[in-house]
Amino acid sequence: MTATATVTAAATTNGLLLEATDVSKTYGAVVALDHASLSVRPGEVHALMGANGAGKSTLVKILTGAVTPDSGRIVVRGRERMSHSPADARRNGLVSVYQEPAVILDLDIRDNLRLTSTPLEPFRHWLNELGLANLSLTRLARRLPLASLRIVDLARALAIEPDVLLLDEITAALPANLTELVLRVVQQQGNDRAVIFISHRLIEIAAICDRATVLRNGETVGVVDVTAGSEDKIVDLMLGEGAVALGQQVASVVAAAAQADRQPRVSAQALSDGRRLHDATFDLYPGEVLGVVALEGQGQDELFDLLSGAERPAAGTLSVDGKPVSFRHPADAIRKGMVFVAADRAEALLMQRSVRENISLPFSARLTQWGWINLGREGKKVDEAVATLQIDARAGSEVRRLSGGNQQKVTIARWVASGVKTMLCFDPTRGIDIRTKTQIYILLRDLAAAGAAILLYTSELKEIQLACDRVIVIFGGQVVAEMPAAGADEATLLRAAHNLKPGAALPEEVVAATSADKAAVEAAIQADVDGGSAAPVEQP
Amino acid sequence: MSAPAASIGRPRSRAADSLGSFGRDHAWTLGLLVFLAVLLLFTKFVNHNYDLKSLASTATAVLPLALAAVAQAVVVISGGIDLSVSAQMALTSCVAATLMKENPGDGTAVAIVIGVLLLGMLLGAINGGLVVVTRVPDIVVTLATSFVWAGFALLVRPAPGGSAAGWLKDLVVGPLIPGVDFVPKAAVLLVVIVAVIWIPLSRARLGLSLYAIGSNRLAAFRSGVPVNRTKLLSYIITGFIAAFAGLSLTASTGIGSPVPEPTYTLVSIGAVVLGGVSLAGGVGGVFGPLVAVVVLQLIRDDMTFMHVDSNYGLVAQGFILIGVLMAGSLIQMRRRRT
Repeated sequence: MTATATVTAAATTNGLLLEATDVSKTYGAVVALDHASLSVRPGEVHALMGANGAGKSTLVKILTGAVTPDSGRIVVRGRERMSHSPADARRNGLVSVYQEPAVILDLDIRDNLRLTSTPLEPFRHWLNELGLANLSLTRLARRLPLASLRIVDLARALAIEPDVLLLDEITAALPANLTELVLRVVQQQGNDRAVIFISHRLIEIAAICDRATVLRNGETVGVVDVTAGSEDKIVDLMLGEGAVALGQQVASVVAAAAQADRQPRVSAQALSDGRRLHDATFDLYPGEVLGVVALEGQGQDELFDLLSGAERPAAGTLSVDGKPVSFRHPADAIRKGMVFVAADRAEALLMQRSVRENISLPFSARLTQWGWINLGREGKKVDEAVATLQIDARAGSEVRRLSGGNQQKVTIARWVASGVKTMLCFDPTRGIDIRTKTQIYILLRDLAAAGAAILLYTSELKEIQLACDRVIVIFGGQVVAEMPAAGADEATLLRAAHNLKPGAALPEEVVAATSADKAAVEAAIQADVDGGSAAPVEQP
Repeated sequence: MSAPAASIGRPRSRAADSLGSFGRDHAWTLGLLVFLAVLLLFTKFVNHNYDLKSLASTATAVLPLALAAVAQAVVVISGGIDLSVSAQMALTSCVAATLMKENPGDGTAVAIVIGVLLLGMLLGAINGGLVVVTRVPDIVVTLATSFVWAGFALLVRPAPGGSAAGWLKDLVVGPLIPGVDFVPKAAVLLVVIVAVIWIPLSRARLGLSLYAIGSNRLAAFRSGVPVNRTKLLSYIITGFIAAFAGLSLTASTGIGSPVPEPTYTLVSIGAVVLGGVSLAGGVGGVFGPLVAVVVLQLIRDDMTFMHVDSNYGLVAQGFILIGVLMAGSLIQMRRRRT
């Protein structure tokens, strides 16, 4: 074993710390990774980039042993090392830290360290570096704030001194001051080790990464040296060719929204949930579909929770038809005609019940109406809704036997039947085939044409032009851009979602465009970069 | 936004911090002990003859149930549940009583006891193996196997009978030191069994892994815990302790009874919950359930002392269980809000 390993080492030693080649993985008919590759040099911070669904998370899962690939090889320090579990990956020198910390909440910090056999002294050292010097190790993890748990998770990974540290979106939900410390610590890693850094924030990539590998549709489409101006190149690679020309055909259908003289149906002023959403301000008019675009974890989930009454705002005002409202429960929102359509149909439907029962649920759910359900009157409305939505109800006795697309139509039909005024759609077409998707968009347009106001968050950017009149972009908990959907092609939206201005140079524009809070961090990062030796942004 | 970092590490003495957190983390068990003390006073009030000796006999009576509760606690902490505990007890008890029917020598009897404990581990391994391999929910698998174990128990012993080795009976009956009535052997045995199995376990990485997979499987997996192997081991430990419970039944009754007493399973789950173990897993220990078993037994005894119809006694016991659990979750909810 040792002899052959040495031979392989000699054959493949090319100065790379980690080399993954020809990695493929399919889930049924879906190709998650298609002969992807990744090579990481010792001493570098390597960014892994790609739009949603490009295969980033699958690649990370394969590297850390959580998923077994269909094919491909992974070489660490010249030796073939395929990991079959996270424990295995750890032995192979690969440790990852996720956005959700892998900390057992019911154990105290010391026990969490013992669980992963983490040495105490280096852990303390990194905890100090990360600004948590006073943390008591006997505290139950559950009693620590989430931000501290992320730091603990990171310090624990650093203490193991892995060859390759994978950081998956760990800065996405950290407060600004902690983000700064984390980025600084990431840069401090030694010359014979490396960090694979995944982040949606291009500003962070620019500040700390040496190179970036870009994935698109499961393939590695490019490796970029991170220098000034390389952000645009990365975004272009993420999008691929021809992306700009997509989706113009339906834009003409979209009615021009002349909303200047009308009262907004829903008006949000400086809405905040106190955590991720800081300052959401926008108006939603009757008769329009307003698109919402954001990278993962920018506060859009929280915004929809506030609007649909699932959470109460920490600050800001929400008005419906010009009157301020305060929802204590989703039922309050529904009474005001604000209904929620979730990405996950399972959240909305009674899977074992019939299509008809599911559609008539809003009628029968009113507890003030005891007694027999008026099947005649409601039946008619349900029939109308089924017909309007072209629901294939052959398997109507149990909703779970319908396709995902038809299930989503049922959740929408329910609100159509009860007369919707405002529909809040959170990624309603996730995992739905293209034909049904189109039907859902046509339905949303019809609803808007009939006077409803529709807020539509979608993770697929090209859908904005297909279905929306206007679009707002959320970044870091704020609405950072608003534009007519007609001009919002994928490239424009992706730049806006990364808080980049079209064609502008980094980073001055970004700093200027964001709030004082964010500006402070970025200035700090910038100062760090200016002062440090490896200054990727400053290179010519 | 700069508040979190500043508030994370409060300048507080570590000793005070750990003392405070001990109180918080073990508040439930401490509360339960207070409840037990009140209950003892009440018992003394309704029955003036209740003394240390009566307490000792209570302790002897609860031995099988206490072991069943400890067995259940291990698997519930790991995020599972075992409905076949009472059937495992019946099967191991019958096998032991049948093998000892011919009054074998002490050496053989010891071998039989060891064999029965191994049988318990095998039953647990089958439970855990089925759960891990088939991915059928724990509650369904163990409900099904409870019928299988009960069936085997009837095959081994169609009617109650058999016998127990003399030294085995001596192990659980009577006081530890002749004349010192308030230290029953059963209680000492219980403490020894729990100390020998649980304390090393909870200090070892395996113990942490049990809590980890019960608390959050994904986080445990990502922390490098072998989730399936740990799950399997949790059922094996449960089977091992259930075999002790079965042996204690044989020892205290002198025979093996093939019809499992379903209340052992149900009361063990009740005691586990009352003892502060979360049915969702990851929280609690075995000390709380042990106290809870004594509490439940005392409530039953008090009903007898007060000459309450035993059927009403059951109703009252159920209400007390609900009341205590409700009070506990109300306190926890209030604390979380502040």
